[in-house]
Amino acid sequence: MSQNKRLASGGRIDRKKVINFSFDGKSYKGFEGDTLASALLANGVDIIARSFKYSRPRGITGHGSEEPNGVIQLGTGASTIPNVRATQQELYAGLVANPVAGWPSVNFDLMATLGKAGAMMPPGFYYKTFMYPQKLWMTYEHFIRKAAGLGKAPTAPDPDTYDKINHHCDVMIVGAGPAGLSAALAAAKTGARVIIADEQNEMGGSLLSTTQTIDGAPASQWLQDTIETLEDYSNVIVLPRSTVMGYYDHNFLVVIERRTDHLGEISPRGARQRMHRVRAKQVILAPGAQERPLIFANNDIPGVMLASSISVYLNRYAVAPGNALVVSTANDSGYQAAIDWHKAGRKVIGIADSRAESNGELVEEAKKLGLKIWFSHAVIEAKGSRRVYAATVAPINAEGTQVTGASQNYDCDIIATSGGWSPVVHLSCHTGARPVWNDDIIGFLPGKTVQKQHCVGSLMGQHQLHDTFEQGLATGAQAACEAGFGDGSNSIKVPSVDLVKTGQAQALFLVPHSKSVSRAPKQFVDMQNDVTAAGIELATREGFESIEHVKRYTALGFGTDQGKLGNINGMAVAAQSLNKTIAETGTTIFRPSYTPTTFGAIAGRDTDSLFDPIRYTAMQSWHEANGALFEDVGQWKRPWYFPKPGETMQQTLDRECLATRNSVGILDASTLGKIDIQGKDAREFLNRVYTNAWSKLAVGKCRYGLMLKEDGMIMDDGVTSCIADDHFILTTTTGGAANVLEWLELWHQTEWPELEVYMTSVTDHWSTMTISGPNSRKVLAKVCDDIDLDKDSFKFMDWRSGTVAGVKSRVFRISFTGELSYEINVQANHGLHVWEAIMEAGKEFDITPYGTETMHVLRAEKGFIIVGQDTDGSVTPQDMDMSWCIGKNKEFSFIGKRSFTRPDTSRTDRKQFVGLKPKDANVILPEGAQAVRNPNESIPMTMVGHVTSSYYSAVLGHSFALAVIKDGHNRKGESVYFPLADGRTIEAEITDYVFYDAKGEKQHV
Amino acid sequence: MLHIFCPHCQEYREEDEFHYRGQAHIVRPKDPEALTDEEWGSYLFFRKNPKGIHHELWYHTTGCRQFFNVTRDTVTYKIHESYKIGEEPAVKSEGDVT
Repeated sequence: MSQNKRLASGGRIDRKKVINFSFDGKSYKGFEGDTLASALLANGVDIIARSFKYSRPRGITGHGSEEPNGVIQLGTGASTIPNVRATQQELYAGLVANPVAGWPSVNFDLMATLGKAGAMMPPGFYYKTFMYPQKLWMTYEHFIRKAAGLGKAPTAPDPDTYDKINHHCDVMIVGAGPAGLSAALAAAKTGARVIIADEQNEMGGSLLSTTQTIDGAPASQWLQDTIETLEDYSNVIVLPRSTVMGYYDHNFLVVIERRTDHLGEISPRGARQRMHRVRAKQVILAPGAQERPLIFANNDIPGVMLASSISVYLNRYAVAPGNALVVSTANDSGYQAAIDWHKAGRKVIGIADSRAESNGELVEEAKKLGLKIWFSHAVIEAKGSRRVYAATVAPINAEGTQVTGASQNYDCDIIATSGGWSPVVHLSCHTGARPVWNDDIIGFLPGKTVQKQHCVGSLMGQHQLHDTFEQGLATGAQAACEAGFGDGSNSIKVPSVDLVKTGQAQALFLVPHSKSVSRAPKQFVDMQNDVTAAGIELATREGFESIEHVKRYTALGFGTDQGKLGNINGMAVAAQSLNKTIAETGTTIFRPSYTPTTFGAIAGRDTDSLFDPIRYTAMQSWHEANGALFEDVGQWKRPWYFPKPGETMQQTLDRECLATRNSVGILDASTLGKIDIQGKDAREFLNRVYTNAWSKLAVGKCRYGLMLKEDGMIMDDGVTSCIADDHFILTTTTGGAANVLEWLELWHQTEWPELEVYMTSVTDHWSTMTISGPNSRKVLAKVCDDIDLDKDSFKFMDWRSGTVAGVKSRVFRISFTGELSYEINVQANHGLHVWEAIMEAGKEFDITPYGTETMHVLRAEKGFIIVGQDTDGSVTPQDMDMSWCIGKNKEFSFIGKRSFTRPDTSRTDRKQFVGLKPKDANVILPEGAQAVRNPNESIPMTMVGHVTSSYYSAVLGHSFALAVIKDGHNRKGESVYFPLADGRTIEAEITDYVFYDAKGEKQHV
Repeated sequence: MLHIFCPHCQEYREEDEFHYRGQAHIVRPKDPEALTDEEWGSYLFFRKNPKGIHHELWYHTTGCRQFFNVTRDTVTYKIHESYKIGEEPAVKSEGDVT
């Protein structure tokens, strides 16, 4: 069986170039120029998939992105892609494709055999059946997914690269059919920057398969000339194989170019796909129209196809996917398939035309060719299971609502269906415009928009090629003019094309059956989601009247094809069932992406180390060389702890903590946010944004500050130092630096522009190393000889400038550990040198590097808070027992002050900051654990607070925690209980939050 | 994705560069202590949610670091104007007090 459906001549394929490929484990041959779909049809492969809900065999229906059935899994392993439409995948040597549904194979589906029967699964089935018990939903979901066959995502890293490119253009044209191409010609001539994109491998749209002539020559000649002309323009970018997947606000379009998907599973040259991000001054939408199938009983059997697709397979791919054809149509264009079929030497059994008559040219031509035509008839049912073997044709009334006489079966193996043409309004919807029903064209047209957008061609219901050319050229010139190029008039001659006289089409969607909709064999509306006409009727009977609800209840249009073939028919069935017009029922809206988009294209190069910038301090290499493990803090890599061989994490922390408490430790604190504030009003500005007073802070002094939001909640904290009377350096939390700077700018620029103050982020300019512990002064003395380190001249909360290890430094005597501490700041490029010098000087004191974890333990032993860990945006300074930090006599009502007396912040049962001591000294409470006062209360228990920080303290010899507990300040000494998910209940005593050196003497030594 | 004109840079730039900061023209009361809880609460928590014209505060985060105002239609996302802090919008919304 080798390409037995291939025609001997014709088509845009290269018969000299044979391509081997496989589908569902079997090998086949096709030609260069084939899609996977055309090659499978040429080889007589009928069944491509099993349906989603009913496991019915399905074959190719269409020829482009609308295809609902021919959806396959392309490739294998790391480069596999699920949900590829066989109709859009070009054939390449060695292509491997598999069905996404159907096990063990599409030809023998176990599910169908096991009776995954229709009656079992009405619409709303999932809601009705799998609701209870809720616990089992995960099990159900697993079962449904496996059975439904939604394709498989690759499990290994993608071997290909993807990239992105930004464009600014004057005119962006979507679609390269006759409308788009002629618009491009006219726009390009003005000198405007033009981009034209088309999702097919070849540009031309309907011209690729038309039998009409242009300027007296085959259409392919005009096509070739036009594309060459466009490619010669330096101001035009021509993008074939490029799908405009989304049209966003302010004329921003995203185009996915499949650069190498037609060459092989893994790219042989550069990026596999490229995302073009286009900001266009003007957009011309010319995506064309999509033929709509008629709905009749068993219309999903392989062999039922769109009429236009049959012409495409014949004329473009030289494939006749059958032998004996019956056509069912409600318009003239359905006749084209019969004429092409006849000319290809295949048998036309007859054309069932739902209309009483038509005087159109195609109808006349069919008559001349002697083709059998049944007017006022329609195919009401297809016969067959794995392939059509007959069509049931019956007379119907003029309204298309009833069968009026006896039906007859005609043997055939292919049925062409045409219900008319639906404009591809998808992209026009993406920016929010709702499509508008038009009775004349029997379809939805793009709705009103605020985008600088033009619509042309069959998108506007225009099907005369001559008029399309004329309007395309005019629109191209007009759009260019509105973008600032040319005078808006078109100077290109309109190609000469004969007008084709057509008869009036009929608005027919659901073909009547001799049985009622609920009794007739299944009439499929949305084949990908197995939504039937009966299902939609049932939904409306059950009370779903809004089309949006019908959609969600039945899953109409929810598939990877977004209901490109099914939606309009679905709206029509719903409207009919509700006794409304389609205009009244309306339509659901289409959203990006137009076709499924790979994650690779979305990610582009933004993967691995390029996904998010990683920030390192100047001492990174030392940390790595000394075995540090790292923690991510914002974008920063911070040393977490420095384990020695054989140590557990807890052993490391104990060692680091004790070394700092008993001798000296060193921390890389470079990541703390640092904002340099200057200007004559800097002091006043600080007074307004901090809770405490800054008027009297002298040069050389430091002060801890608390920053609130206007609602009175703690937002950030840090130490600010006075460098000069009009110059301060403010530190923020590591994660809060950018927000704090924006916050300060906000208040300065919008409320107090009269204050002269300038703010600059200097976080990266300084390396900061903190040496802490009783021996820290001795270490500093060894590397610094120009600062008087005497405890009475360089006091706690002072700062001095001087030289450390030969480098100009600012040394701050501040402490986050409660010990004698110095924070040494040097220009960042000297950071590593100074760090190493300090390590050398500290050797005799066994100076111990520690990371964020030990820092957390040491500060928690002292009850020092970390904003964002012990606070969560809902705690006030009073909750944290930090009223000491609030300036009582400040003139200006600083940010957040007024909120202290709000009813919510002044109530007495707020959660308050306390310490916790677990009864079992070795049990560490989980952070986030919820506290209850009575562990025997029935569930749900009354929760009174939660743990914010929790550690084991080596210096104390027991575990401890920080927490916020309701009314905690008055409840010290009481027990609270923590019932955990694992069944344990931990008891802890409420204590003061300072566990170590309660009087705070050590930092003053 | 919005295309926003920064009145300080005098250029259209991509939305990526900006940070939305909520409703514009909210003036901090001169004497917060003089306000009732209800008045303070209105200033703190209550914001417009119009269908249509909305005056918004934006920050040119990765550009000039300046705040400015934008008049935007919340239905169509059309931006009618960008203007500096302290300036009055030319396009008014129904709820604007003149």
